[in-house]
Amino acid sequence: MLRIYFVFSLMFALAVLTANPAFAETPVEVLAAIKAEAAGTPGFQGFSAERGEKFFKTKQKHKLSCSSCHTDNPAAQGKHSETDKVIKPLAPAANEERFTDMKKVAKWFKRNCNDVLDRECTAQEKGDVLSYLLTVKK
Amino acid sequence: MFKAKYITLMFAVVVLAMGAMMSAAQAEGTQKGSASNAKWKDECGACHFAFPPRFLPAESWRTIMAGLNKHFGSNAGLDAATASEITAFLEKNASTKKHEVLAKPLLRITETPWFKSEHREVAARDWKNPKVKSPANCGACHTKADSGDFNEDNVKIPR
Repeated sequence: MLRIYFVFSLMFALAVLTANPAFAETPVEVLAAIKAEAAGTPGFQGFSAERGEKFFKTKQKHKLSCSSCHTDNPAAQGKHSETDKVIKPLAPAANEERFTDMKKVAKWFKRNCNDVLDRECTAQEKGDVLSYLLTVKK
Repeated sequence: MFKAKYITLMFAVVVLAMGAMMSAAQAEGTQKGSASNAKWKDECGACHFAFPPRFLPAESWRTIMAGLNKHFGSNAGLDAATASEITAFLEKNASTKKHEVLAKPLLRITETPWFKSEHREVAARDWKNPKVKSPANCGACHTKADSGDFNEDNVKIPR
């Protein structure tokens, strides 16, 4: 009998967990994971929010930058530069969903860096940008 | 004892069945004409208006989904599981209008005969209006596009 209860509560817990894939990680944990990745590069000396901000706002190839869609204020609502589709704020202070799912973070860095730079971003660039975004206040 | 065990089991089955039904309903909206799927809305709708499956025939959707890594100038590649779920949803709810069999399926909704015909009265200056910006921006004029409603009565061209 007890075993059935145990199995049942386990199934219930599993159902609840899979139904609400709420915040698997925190932005600080995501940053730590990127740091672990960057630490493997020779000469790595930590991240810089200042460098991240510059990267975020500097137009690269195709005259695009992160801010082309996310605007110069990552705490504000953005707009897709081609389609005008509304983009929710990127800074964790303004949007608690941001940088809480490692898989999503990896997917969007890959996609957007390819659009802006024609290549993937380095762990250094990603860490700098996230460090910057974490300093942005609402 | 036996009865209690039986009731517990029944309860578990009912709860699980309810959960499965709820997520199935969530995954696939059944309202006619505005089929919905959470992944379609999430993934396609992240960069542009999530175009309703009924706007293109299945063959077009298959081609689009097979070429996501070169999606109108962007690499919009998805993981295999997500891509196949969205493809199945698009195919299932695709346009069944008789369409010309072309050498290559049309990939741009704006190039389909019905789109051109439906929009023949829209003036060039309205297309160029910065508030409209792109014909992909359905919601600029179709005020209820988000809910799949493209009824002419709900069209408001921004001036």
